[in-house]
Amino acid sequence: MLERDDDFSQCVEECEIAVIVNGHRYERTVPVRLLLSDFLRHDLQLTGTHVGCEHGVCGCCTVLFNGEAVRSCLMLAVQADGMAVTTIEGMAGTNSELHPIQQAFQEKHGLQCGFCTPGIIMSVHAMLHEHPDPTEKEIRHELSGNICRCTGYQNIVEAVKLAAERLREQHMEVE
Amino acid sequence: MKPPRFQYCAPRILDEALTLLDQHGEDIKVLAGGQSFVPLLNMRLAGPAYIVDINHISELHYIETEDGYLAIGAIARQRQIERSVLVQEKHPLLVEVIKHIGHMQIRNRGTVVGSIAHADPAAELPALLTCLNGEVLAQSIHGERVIKAEEFFTGYLTTALEPGEMLTEARFPWIPPRAGWSFMEFARRAGDYALVGAAAVLTPAPDDTCMSAHIAYLGVAGSPIRAHAVEQMLVGTTLDQRALDAAAEAAREIVSEDMSDVHATVEYRRTLTAELTKRVLKAAWGRRERQERQEQQRGEG
Repeated sequence: MLERDDDFSQCVEECEIAVIVNGHRYERTVPVRLLLSDFLRHDLQLTGTHVGCEHGVCGCCTVLFNGEAVRSCLMLAVQADGMAVTTIEGMAGTNSELHPIQQAFQEKHGLQCGFCTPGIIMSVHAMLHEHPDPTEKEIRHELSGNICRCTGYQNIVEAVKLAAERLREQHMEVE
Repeated sequence: MKPPRFQYCAPRILDEALTLLDQHGEDIKVLAGGQSFVPLLNMRLAGPAYIVDINHISELHYIETEDGYLAIGAIARQRQIERSVLVQEKHPLLVEVIKHIGHMQIRNRGTVVGSIAHADPAAELPALLTCLNGEVLAQSIHGERVIKAEEFFTGYLTTALEPGEMLTEARFPWIPPRAGWSFMEFARRAGDYALVGAAAVLTPAPDDTCMSAHIAYLGVAGSPIRAHAVEQMLVGTTLDQRALDAAAEAAREIVSEDMSDVHATVEYRRTLTAELTKRVLKAAWGRRERQERQEQQRGEG
């Protein structure tokens, strides 16, 4: 995480920000009313973060903000100044191999149209980091903040179970 | 761009924020977690000329145990309290209530004090603060004042806060020793605003009758409502079926006549209120009993 270097104690309508997104530092001048979701999509061209309801209900725009899952449509881009953001584009490895969560979603058919998927993957990432071995009930509870309009929830839950299992194995190998 | 134009500032010191609030009066709004405020901006239901973002004011980022209450600073996140071992141990009812708020993505950003300042009548924390007879601390550059929950929530999304003032702390009184507590709500989908919810704290007397009762509701009127009439009916009883039925019947009266909307009619909300009253009281009283049995077992062992 960067130290916040700008001082916003003066009222401004536009300002320079520096945000670390998926490990890269981006510096941009943005209007203060720009949402973080629109900053990622329009200014950084990272269109993997989807925008559904734009008032915090659907979960499509979920990203990791300093490691925590948040709604990027409910934050201003200026609030990400000096902070670290991870989006779906940051999940795959350096040689574009899928992240184990993505791999599990592919294998278990955890997506249909795919619109909600980036938000779900980010939420699952945060969930499994905190609870590596969730019960089905916990998975369903933690995913309640992400709406899938295709209603493919069964396979999403199956995918999360598989991802959890693989991540635990991976973790054990590392140890 | 979704939100309307505004001027933004994010001071690091409380006094700077209070100075801005004083200068701009009704033209300025405080941004804390933003989980209710940013949707209002996105839908352009709110359009303040100035926004003061208090997220960098580290002096407001605290959870402290005080004599008589748990003090929560204005930018302590709901998730932080949910995870706090201190709060889990010392104020389990608060943790239980927070788990019912929105989804984890919302609680990661949302603040306790922000939810109270927003004063949504269907929100959990205003109802809990009302149930516990808690207080808030409002500060301005001219000084500070402590406001009781029941005086703070004055109507739909409306509070006793004056222009130039900011909520800096919420005070949740401790649950009395031996008391049982419970919180329940009914929502159509997980994480939605509940149609109706209730929080109860029951303290037993030495003869195991109810010595003191606190019960408050969300979703029944323009503000959270503490049901003093129901509380008085419960004192001196053993929370038997007759007492529960009478309390449930009385609780129906609390639901305001204008609480019909697309989600539920008044009659449906009254039915829910009556049922939740019984369940929440039974659960709270049950928790008290278990505590007592444990004490006896310990004494015998």
